[in-house]
Amino acid sequence: MSITQEMPEQPAEVRIHNFEEVALGYTEEQAILEAERCLECKKPKCVEGCPVNIDIPGFISSMKEGKFGEAIDVIKRTNTLPAVCGRVCPQEEQCEQLCILGKKSEPISIGRLERFCADREREAGVKDPVVAEPTGKKVAIVGTGPAGLTAASDLAKAGHSVTMFEALHEAGGVLIYGIPEFRLPKAIVKEEVEYIIKLGAELKVDYVIGRIKTLDQLEDEFDAVFLGTGAGLPKFMGIEGENLNGVYSANEFLTRVNLMKAYRFPEYDTPIKRGSNVIVVGGGNVAMDAARSALRLGADEVSIVYRRSDDELPARREEIEHAKEEGIVFRLLANPVRILEGENMTVNGVECIKMELGEPDDSGRRRPVAVEGSEHVVDADIVIMAIGTSPNPIIFDGSKGLEVTPWGTIVVNEAGMTSLEGVCAGGDAVTGAATVISAMGAGKQAAQTINDYLSK
Amino acid sequence: MAYKIIEKLQLAPNVHLMNIEAPDVAAAAKPGQFIILRIDEEGERIPLTIADYDVDKGFVTIIFQEMGKTTKQLGKMSSGDELQDFVGPLGKASEIEKIGTVVLVGGGIGIAPVYPQARAYREIGNKVISIIGARNEEMLILEDEMNSVSDELLVATDDGSKGHHGFVTDLVKQLLDGDEKIDRIVAIGPPIMMRTVAGVTDPYDVETIVSLNPIMVDGTGMCGGCRVNIGGETKFACVDGPEFNAKDVDFNLLMSRLSLYRKEEMDALEGSKKGCGDECKCQ
Repeated sequence: MSITQEMPEQPAEVRIHNFEEVALGYTEEQAILEAERCLECKKPKCVEGCPVNIDIPGFISSMKEGKFGEAIDVIKRTNTLPAVCGRVCPQEEQCEQLCILGKKSEPISIGRLERFCADREREAGVKDPVVAEPTGKKVAIVGTGPAGLTAASDLAKAGHSVTMFEALHEAGGVLIYGIPEFRLPKAIVKEEVEYIIKLGAELKVDYVIGRIKTLDQLEDEFDAVFLGTGAGLPKFMGIEGENLNGVYSANEFLTRVNLMKAYRFPEYDTPIKRGSNVIVVGGGNVAMDAARSALRLGADEVSIVYRRSDDELPARREEIEHAKEEGIVFRLLANPVRILEGENMTVNGVECIKMELGEPDDSGRRRPVAVEGSEHVVDADIVIMAIGTSPNPIIFDGSKGLEVTPWGTIVVNEAGMTSLEGVCAGGDAVTGAATVISAMGAGKQAAQTINDYLSK
Repeated sequence: MAYKIIEKLQLAPNVHLMNIEAPDVAAAAKPGQFIILRIDEEGERIPLTIADYDVDKGFVTIIFQEMGKTTKQLGKMSSGDELQDFVGPLGKASEIEKIGTVVLVGGGIGIAPVYPQARAYREIGNKVISIIGARNEEMLILEDEMNSVSDELLVATDDGSKGHHGFVTDLVKQLLDGDEKIDRIVAIGPPIMMRTVAGVTDPYDVETIVSLNPIMVDGTGMCGGCRVNIGGETKFACVDGPEFNAKDVDFNLLMSRLSLYRKEEMDALEGSKKGCGDECKCQ
């Protein structure tokens, strides 16, 4: 049985000195060879694994014949962010995990093929979409991350007058401020946002709902509202020294680097501290992104401190491997207990404690337990906390009716409708921090619900 | 989206007032809140307190002193020019209620955010005593405006060129030691001034509010860069503040975090001096 085409990449020793994309994309020849592996199953399991139900065998079938334009049209019927998804979706846990080829050999690289089609179209110039007949209904989208963008595009396709509100100065949410250039070039996000605007959606940036207008006011002005405000509020550990100079939340660190382009300081005005010894606390994709960004900013040593073992690292395997190739040090089964203070309230090391895995906890993962007396100090001048985020509460200011959980997430029913009629929500604001594609799936579901609601 | 500068006035050496066309922000603005602006594509996002707003004419007033690269660049801009981004209003509005006698203390450009508060406190029937101060008479801003919204206005200058020769804190102490019952003090200015006011009012049983200005990026609680220590707890100034009870604020931490990028700021200024030609507006 044939094996999957390898993705060409920038060599590790080169890419640690630049912010350019690591994975370079398939050649046309590779794309066709990979597509030819597809069995085009009658009952394709892969589609079931895709939160936005892309007709995967359909687009791959067109690719086999080199009809890439046809392929992208098939993808875009259900997914308006193919270049993004082709890069950052956890395909190995979704479509590719269910691929029948994976039983005996390797699953087909669906994500890489999706990326190829999107990139191919972009290089040739993206076709303007056909704009739908107006329905006369107005929908507000709050937040332009993956959930909001997906809901906006589906609702615009249905002919509703869509207005997207974004608090930052650029649309894209975590795609813009969180995911680094070397994993997802910002120009690609911008083009996919442009496409949604071409579908007829309006974009208002610099617009903080909850401050400039309340949710109640939006409900009065619009026939329906979608809340895709994400989980932006950073968590900290509550340990000593956490407010010292040199301790960043991953959000701040990544926002400075990605959105504000601090890696190009002083050409861009936003500064960032470039440490010699950087410690990133956490083991998810955000931790990998922060660690690899710190390395590219010129740190001598960057380490990931994670309280469980390699097997439990929540990041995508591909990102962990990329980080290891680049020389990121993994300090596993360790947990920070205190950040040491140096001159002028700066960071001068992190005291960690060794951990061992005990009995499984509620999440099914073995609970990390501190090993008494195993405290040790790790050199550090920068510490980045990448231990998760919770939903931002600003949206609730001045709006009493919206039901939320004790964790601050928005309560929705199966269809994505909140406790307020005509107000849907989805993405991290509902689930807490999760993946790009699951947020897109929620955006899609909510768009369907809003469509049904508006046609009543 | 662009935000036009519709008026620019120089209030003191290197201190400017700008009215920025931003009707939606003006319509929602309240005393105590702030905005974040970005001049252009390469610019950084900087927070500035709202000094005033006109809902009918659709503009927001900001007052700033040229300090770092961005404020210097802003100082070179003129009416008719446009800012790329102007986000707001951000932060919680001041809790302005009828409580009796309120003392508003403004130091340097801190007088700017104090002004709309003084007006709001007076409009609902409080007695407003204002204390404003600056290094010298030339640097004193908004004296007439403050006078028009105060029952009593006291002035202090470091060099004695106007009013009391000394600091605003001397006048605060005099008031506290006097016969008049004071129900609240609001003090806004450089962190060192706010720390001193907090020290002066601490032995007296008078609620003292300060407005904190830590380094920020997004201003909506997303980045956590504006962490401040309030009564032993970590708070985000952008969503939990910017106003806090003075006695709970860890000013040393605030001041230390404000100095975080001093080296980078110097480098940026140095770099822009070297790299720019005659057309450059940043110097």
